[in-house]
Amino acid sequence: MTELSNPIPDRAPRSQWRDVWDQFKTHKGAVMGGVIFLLIVAVVFIGPLVWPYDATYIDIRSRNQGASFAHPLGTDQLGRDTLARMMAGGQTSVSVGITAMLLALFLGSLVGVVSGYFKRLDGLLMRLTDLFLALPLLPLLLVMVLLFREPLNTAFGPETGIFILIVGAIGLTSWMPTARIVRGDVLALKEREFVLAARSIGTNNVNMILRHILPNVMSPIMVSATLGIANAIITESALSFLGLGFPPDFPTWGRLLFDATDYLQQYPERVFWPGVAISLTVLSVNYLGDGLRDALDPRIRGR
Amino acid sequence: MLTFTIRRLVLAVPTLLFISLVIFLLLELAPGDPMAQVPLTVPPEVKERMREALGLGQPVHIRFFKWLVQFFWIEPQVLIDNLFGTALSEGKLRVLSWQTRSPVMDIVVQRMPQTLWVVGMSYVVGVLIALPIGIYSAYRQYSVFDQVGTFVSMIGFSVPPFFSGVFVIIIFSVQLGWLPSIYDTTHKVVDWDTFVTQLRQMVMPVMVLALQTTAQLSRFMRASMLDNLNQDYVRTARAKGLSESTVVLVHVLRNSMIPVVTVIALGVPAIFGGAIITEQVFKVNGIGQLLIGAIQANDLPMVQTLTFIFAVLIVLFNLIADVLYGILDPRIRYD
Repeated sequence: MTELSNPIPDRAPRSQWRDVWDQFKTHKGAVMGGVIFLLIVAVVFIGPLVWPYDATYIDIRSRNQGASFAHPLGTDQLGRDTLARMMAGGQTSVSVGITAMLLALFLGSLVGVVSGYFKRLDGLLMRLTDLFLALPLLPLLLVMVLLFREPLNTAFGPETGIFILIVGAIGLTSWMPTARIVRGDVLALKEREFVLAARSIGTNNVNMILRHILPNVMSPIMVSATLGIANAIITESALSFLGLGFPPDFPTWGRLLFDATDYLQQYPERVFWPGVAISLTVLSVNYLGDGLRDALDPRIRGR
Repeated sequence: MLTFTIRRLVLAVPTLLFISLVIFLLLELAPGDPMAQVPLTVPPEVKERMREALGLGQPVHIRFFKWLVQFFWIEPQVLIDNLFGTALSEGKLRVLSWQTRSPVMDIVVQRMPQTLWVVGMSYVVGVLIALPIGIYSAYRQYSVFDQVGTFVSMIGFSVPPFFSGVFVIIIFSVQLGWLPSIYDTTHKVVDWDTFVTQLRQMVMPVMVLALQTTAQLSRFMRASMLDNLNQDYVRTARAKGLSESTVVLVHVLRNSMIPVVTVIALGVPAIFGGAIITEQVFKVNGIGQLLIGAIQANDLPMVQTLTFIFAVLIVLFNLIADVLYGILDPRIRYD
């Protein structure tokens, strides 16, 4: 056995996340997607603080204007500034996307970890997942929005109520892929030596899951997080587009697109901006997810 | 294989029963009252009798059981009657729509051809475009064609149909005026001119739906081809002196098609769901449009039946995909 030159290393070993970042940087599309997504989030949340017009301010004398210096994206049929409405709509769309994704991730990871870790619950939970996968989701979402809109509106007020409803509906119907992926990973991890070692020093189930299992299934969870944002934004816009989403005075990108289709003949550019915003956000998030998947996969990393 | 199919078919029954129960209970919570439109001058006891006429008077479990009987026992009898001219369903109560007071299945049968034409055609077109793209981009991996294909399928993933649909309407109907923006379902094909009109009104909805199918399937085809192209049997086939086209299009393609065929089967119910939006954009009065209308009108039997039909499609095509996988791939043993 050869002697190490210096038995105590003087530098810390390269961390896993450093490797991941190095791999991530080589994927041009993913870096670009990440930058664009951050830019959209920044504009949408910081923009309204800087921009002089309010999204709900009605100026009927300057209605239906084209692009000008005062209104770069023009105004709508009530004279509301389109740029301000786009930013306000983006706030809602992005917040719905992120919150619904978090809810779906939480549910998916919970079901996945529990069914992978506790053998007794596995069969039951996986049958439940299969059942949810067999449900027709878009029709059910429409029905859920229709049924629970009124009670939630009276309980929390129109804006918070519909927000909770849409986030809850999307979250409850999109956790299944995450649960399946996480369960598969947990099943494989459970047989590894470090879990056995941890168990032999008396780690209980809760600590085992929180300290040893969860950190090791972070990478599939992160990848499904990015895909979840994209899915949630598209679903929310689809609901708004079908007229079953947020109320008219509460703009989201899907709602703006829906309202603009009435003026398709006269002002086609009004459809264009919300559509591009939705597509660009989803596209950037998808590219981000693509790069993350490559970066987090140790078989691809370093090639 | 047969035992597996039978076992899956038997297992599908409780799944479907459970799904129908979930949908039924969800609709049971509906706050919308079908009597809301009835004038206030109508006395309450008359209203109560109207509710009973709609079948609302009884407790939940009895109504659920009645719906099950109507859907699974009486409706098939009606189907047999229509096919063979018998009179099995004479005088039996069918699932009635609250909007029109006519049987739900009759309306569904009226709306089905439009959906099947647009959705079915778009799926076929999407598959036909996706397969060559996937094959070629795998064969020339990282070429310009492959990069462009990746980008286009990313766009296909990301652009929702309610934007791409409206976008092509702006370009081809509003700006250029080439194609009609509304799908005319009363149009009948009798000669060449009417056929061309039909073709023109179908182009846009079919292409919008096909873009999504193409994006997913071409990615899948490419990945599956890449898995197979590096296998040993491909080298053997080349070493035997087979022509390159035989190697790729016969040996590799046949093996790569196994997972792709199952994905095609799995995508069929999803495309019906996606068609809800496209039908709304192009004003096609198909199944999706019927569902939206029924939801807005609080027509619960219609919503219940349509949602359940979607669920049946999903369960059925999952089953077909599993069985196909077992038939096509001899390495898979289910028993």
